[in-house]
Amino acid sequence: MKALKKVIHNLDPKFEKGGKWEKAYPLYETLSTFLFTPKHVTKKGAHIRDGVDLKRTMFMVVLALIPALLFGIYNTGHWHYELMSHLNPEEYGAYSDYLVGFGDKVIYGLLQVLPLIIVSYAVGLAVEFIFGFIRGHGLHEGFLVSGMLIPLTMPADVPLWMVGVATAFAVVIGKEVFGGTGMNIVNIALTARAFLFFAYPTAMSGDKVWKSGTNEVIADNGGTLPDGASGATALGDMASLVGDAPVVAGEVLSSEAGSAELIQKFENAYDPLHAIIGMIPGSIGETSIIAILLGAALLLYTGVASWRIILSFFAGGLVFGLLMNLIGANAYMDMPAWYHLILGGFAFGAVFMATDPVTAAQTQYGKLWYGFLGGGLAVLIRVLNPAYPEGVMLAILFMNIMAPLIDHYVVQVNISRRKKRFKTA
Amino acid sequence: MSKAVKLKKGLDIKLVGEADQVKVDSKTPSVVALKPSDFHGLVPKVILKEGEKVKRGEVVFYDKYNKDVKFVSPVSGTLSEIVRGDKRRILEVRIVVDANDEVVQKEAVDPSSISKEEVKQILLENGLWPFIKQRPLDKIADPSVSPKAIFISAFDSAPLAPDYDFILRDQDQHFQHGLNALSKLTEGDVNITVNGNGAPDKAFLNAKNVTINKISGKHPAGNVGTQIHHFNPIDKGEFVFTVNPQDVITIGKFFAEGKYDPSRIVALTGSEVENRKYYKTIIGARLDSVIGDSLTQDNVRVISGNALTGTAVGKDGFLGFYDAHITVLPEGDQYKFFLTEGWLSPGFDKYSSHRLFPTWLMPKKKRRLDTNLNGEERGFVVTGELDKVLPFDILPLQLIKAIMVNDIDAMEQLGIYEIAPEDFALCEYVCTSKIAIQEKVREGLDVIEEECM
Repeated sequence: MKALKKVIHNLDPKFEKGGKWEKAYPLYETLSTFLFTPKHVTKKGAHIRDGVDLKRTMFMVVLALIPALLFGIYNTGHWHYELMSHLNPEEYGAYSDYLVGFGDKVIYGLLQVLPLIIVSYAVGLAVEFIFGFIRGHGLHEGFLVSGMLIPLTMPADVPLWMVGVATAFAVVIGKEVFGGTGMNIVNIALTARAFLFFAYPTAMSGDKVWKSGTNEVIADNGGTLPDGASGATALGDMASLVGDAPVVAGEVLSSEAGSAELIQKFENAYDPLHAIIGMIPGSIGETSIIAILLGAALLLYTGVASWRIILSFFAGGLVFGLLMNLIGANAYMDMPAWYHLILGGFAFGAVFMATDPVTAAQTQYGKLWYGFLGGGLAVLIRVLNPAYPEGVMLAILFMNIMAPLIDHYVVQVNISRRKKRFKTA
Repeated sequence: MSKAVKLKKGLDIKLVGEADQVKVDSKTPSVVALKPSDFHGLVPKVILKEGEKVKRGEVVFYDKYNKDVKFVSPVSGTLSEIVRGDKRRILEVRIVVDANDEVVQKEAVDPSSISKEEVKQILLENGLWPFIKQRPLDKIADPSVSPKAIFISAFDSAPLAPDYDFILRDQDQHFQHGLNALSKLTEGDVNITVNGNGAPDKAFLNAKNVTINKISGKHPAGNVGTQIHHFNPIDKGEFVFTVNPQDVITIGKFFAEGKYDPSRIVALTGSEVENRKYYKTIIGARLDSVIGDSLTQDNVRVISGNALTGTAVGKDGFLGFYDAHITVLPEGDQYKFFLTEGWLSPGFDKYSSHRLFPTWLMPKKKRRLDTNLNGEERGFVVTGELDKVLPFDILPLQLIKAIMVNDIDAMEQLGIYEIAPEDFALCEYVCTSKIAIQEKVREGLDVIEEECM
């Protein structure tokens, strides 16, 4: 270790101003500060400083994402082989059981997911470095988290080039034009996802993307899905309940059927327990509530994420879900409110997206409103606008934009309360 | 009417190296210095030349923009050197101490028997006025304003802070005398705030003609700014004067004896120094007279004041005008490998108010902290961390951002008149993005002074 320290820091002068490799300073700074906390000492103000820095804070979030990532890898593999079991029952019939073929599923999942992560980090870090070189500073840590979040919000089959384009777009337009880490208005990872969602909707929604390899299976099967197979997600099915042709897990139901019957069918197809464990198709990281809550536990224990936001986000979803129940105009509105919390990206969004401190409300009371309205809006979008089966992404992006407004009112309350002290005194 | 307040927010940083409660005499310093940098915004006009003799209590310089505010020599001796910095700014006026101890002798006066103007005149003429600071702005009080109250904090809650109850023991008389003088300056009350969790000395508890308030909680409970905020908050256009307890005694002694007594009891603290005791010395003393050869190693930072707000002066530096505290910390100018002692280490040697290191489970353990920044400066990312250590009804992040963008209206509305840099020292300590918050607060106050006062 001492040798490494010596080698690296002997190079210091070459990268400093006027040195031979001065232009490569940002790269050097990034690597050397990654390996060694610099010997910077305090100059002004407090002589001692807290042991924490942004590197450790951000690393905690990456650590918190690992359970969701690992589960996502397996889940990707499972749903691929589940589809294959319909296409080729002789060879893969047993794979429709969740725990059969563990090794094959892990390997398939890794092959699908790792490239996404590599592309996301490679493109994102490259863009960050370009801006770092322009501004003359090393890498700021924000992208360490975004780089992991972006693949986890994608369906496993999304083409790699799309991930690259979306990442570049999000980092440049979402962050760097505002000044870099800490300056962005909307969440980077959701910007990337929203970009693909609107630019390439066929790759991000519908019923052909949620199980990896769906398109190949359709091609092999002569243009349709094999009998008994379905490519839809729970949310997609949920949204279809409102339309003329309700579909649940591939079974077309009569639009004449009543709410109760439709919901019963839905509950049979999507067991809440499966949804909590995560045994349902969806974006890579979003399906397992247990894995997400493990991450949430770490973030809350370390205090990195705001419990106010997470709690109020779930509360908002629940309250608006119950509100929908009260109105009860159609089967979707009649759906039990708690279902919203365990399906789709709701939990993932609440724990990892809404809590991004840069784009969330920054006042303590503001965070409660921000989370509550975000969770509520997510449910509203899901139920009232079937064109967007997944409302969480749009809800959080919208709340990102609204956060400064919420903070403004919280600040105004503080100001008038402070003024009042002088009137009564 | 006395009040009591309990604070929920704040942070006590436990450091190794408290001073033992023993008072000893330090060596007589060979050199003392008056440092204009101890007084924010002061432009001094030195009236003595290098090589001239000066008596204890004789004027050395005055405030160029407020000629009534004078600064006197704490010793009898010879003005040896005027140390200048960039643009010939005066950094130190050094005086070599002689053995004669010639003193400027004035008449002793009972402050209760004279008028407000006369008290003010005596304080100004004899170099006592600079002991009185004002809020807002946290600088030497403007003699032309009339404060609505005077606040004296009877304790210091900063890391390793000296114990004023111990320092003031058996000095009640002079303290009361000083209070009598100060009470002339305001129409309102003289407020003494004692530590609700401690056993305040009788010098504080038996003080007359004052309001005694209690505050309990973690640091910055002992900061006078915190106390003013909770007991008598400052609105725009209002002023509150503040004085340190030991300086009240200096003022009291002058009225009782007619001569300037700059003696000061300071606590020598910190993990890198031995013989940690309370030393009797004088304002402006060169610190080698106190520290001697008690340093345990060479690579240290000697701070006049506490670890959060003090000034790094070096072992041959001089005691600050307002300081009763010397802290010696290890310098942190070493690289730290990321897995063993850096950002990804287990972190048993780190202290953090965040729960990202296991050490938050042992908040009472005393630690040896160095001066490493523990990271690099970044934009604000983490929110809510500053609020936890600021026991004010003030939104710290929003106020600092208002200062950064120079939005004067927002600064006023968010409470800049109530704060001083030292009140935000803990915010600076906890900041994940390592932003120099105290400096920002000072910049904001400077803007306010220029535009609004």
